[in-house]
Amino acid sequence: MNLPIYFDYQATTPVDQRVLDVMLPYFTSAYGNAASRSHAFGWKAEEAVDTSREQIASILNASSKEVVFTSGSTEAINLAMKGVGEMYGAKGKHIITCLSEHKAVLDTAKHMEKAGFEVTYLVPDANGAVTAQQIADAIREDTILVSIMWANNEVGTVNPIREIGAVCRERGVLFFTDGTQAVGKIPVDVEADNIDLLCFSGHKLYGPKGVGALYVRRRKPRVRLVAQMDGGGHERGMRSGTLNVPGIVGLGAACAVAEQDLEKDMAHSIAMRERFEKRIFEALDHVAINGDEHSRLPGCSNLSFAYVEGESLIMGFKDLAVSSGSACTSASLEPSHVLQSMGVGDELAHSSIRFGFGRLTTPEEIDFAAEQVITAVKKLRELSPLYEMVQEGIDLSTIAWTGH
Amino acid sequence: MAYSDKVLDHYDNPRNVGSLDKTSSEVGTGIVGAPECGDVMKLQIQVEGDTIVDAKFKTFGCGSAIASSSLATEWIKGKKVDEAMAISNTEIVEELSLPPVKIHCSVLAEDAIKAAVADFKQKQAGQEGA
Repeated sequence: MNLPIYFDYQATTPVDQRVLDVMLPYFTSAYGNAASRSHAFGWKAEEAVDTSREQIASILNASSKEVVFTSGSTEAINLAMKGVGEMYGAKGKHIITCLSEHKAVLDTAKHMEKAGFEVTYLVPDANGAVTAQQIADAIREDTILVSIMWANNEVGTVNPIREIGAVCRERGVLFFTDGTQAVGKIPVDVEADNIDLLCFSGHKLYGPKGVGALYVRRRKPRVRLVAQMDGGGHERGMRSGTLNVPGIVGLGAACAVAEQDLEKDMAHSIAMRERFEKRIFEALDHVAINGDEHSRLPGCSNLSFAYVEGESLIMGFKDLAVSSGSACTSASLEPSHVLQSMGVGDELAHSSIRFGFGRLTTPEEIDFAAEQVITAVKKLRELSPLYEMVQEGIDLSTIAWTGH
Repeated sequence: MAYSDKVLDHYDNPRNVGSLDKTSSEVGTGIVGAPECGDVMKLQIQVEGDTIVDAKFKTFGCGSAIASSSLATEWIKGKKVDEAMAISNTEIVEELSLPPVKIHCSVLAEDAIKAAVADFKQKQAGQEGA
């Protein structure tokens, strides 16, 4: 077992060796520009891009003509939301999204508000989920876009996408979903799930960083976008810029591997998560799962360890690479906006840690991690005045704290 | 974020962890901070005459908060009450090499000392009045 151990699979994943092997020739020998139509170098690159497009279409159950390559999800989100806004803005200026979305969606929505759009930010339930009914209630005459993530990156809650998509379809509103945490992790089907636009990134599914894709529906309805970058008119005019051929090859290969191994990967991640949570809950009290326990990404376990602070916990398990919802580990000094939107108190948000499991996680690593976590929590609770008060039977909510 | 060796040392081996009898007239208890802000410090002093003979702490907070309060107990033990009151957060920042984002931890430790002393003095005044 090599230390430190990686438990941050929602942040990024290693490139799968099978993916890297396919990519390498496109750096050094097959390095043509996919837009070069006059020679074999260009043809070979274009052929590789086409193969990738097919692989992506396959995992999404889409057509290869509906795939637009981008630099990753953030760019794809900007293109989808602003592109729809500019194309259909004359029809209406109302957009619906949710407070637990990734900042890439929320900040894009804020940008659009400045440009005259009106945005409804739905409040998710205590598990972090949005319901189709909430969407139905929020849609107005002038609503042109609903943007709801497939699975949450912090707590792993999986939204009822198919139902939300059905509501949007019925009401004639375009539905965009940020599938960054979902594609390659859980089944995704843009036809059955009623999706008009969907984005994802290579590096979340064992592919390379710096490449992603946007699915743009071509029929029933045909979705049109205003490009957000001017240039050579690549990607059917929707995204100019020389194609990142090695990255695109890697993205396609990652999708092919993920599609083939989906069931195996899911079963493995769930087994790892269950093994981990079982050990934690057997040894510690006052631990809560953040997110929807029953509709959750296989490899995500976001736990709040009451009465101990997240950053000090992370110091306690130096050999585990995890992330925290605590303010102290973020640049903003604000606790996680996702946990806040779910109504998790700031106190528990400061005590939350996200453990991410994936393809390379082993049972030995899980056992080691659980042991380290249990030891650190016990040690810090010995140090915690809050835990002491609770043991004495004091209700913490009755104390007049001196906040700063 | 990289922690200074001194912060890591206090985190790994916190000094004077524990609790004193908060009902004793010789003990002053200071509790500062708030759970929703991510840090709460409890610092207690035991005073004989005007000398702090013992100090204990418990802290809910980041590593720097734990280190600041641990260091504070170390520093005030054996000091006169007035000397302890003179300890400023900047000395803690310097000793632990705290980065700007962690300065509030040192402020909290200073506040905890002052709150403990204030509690002790209040108890003494109450006794004299009785």
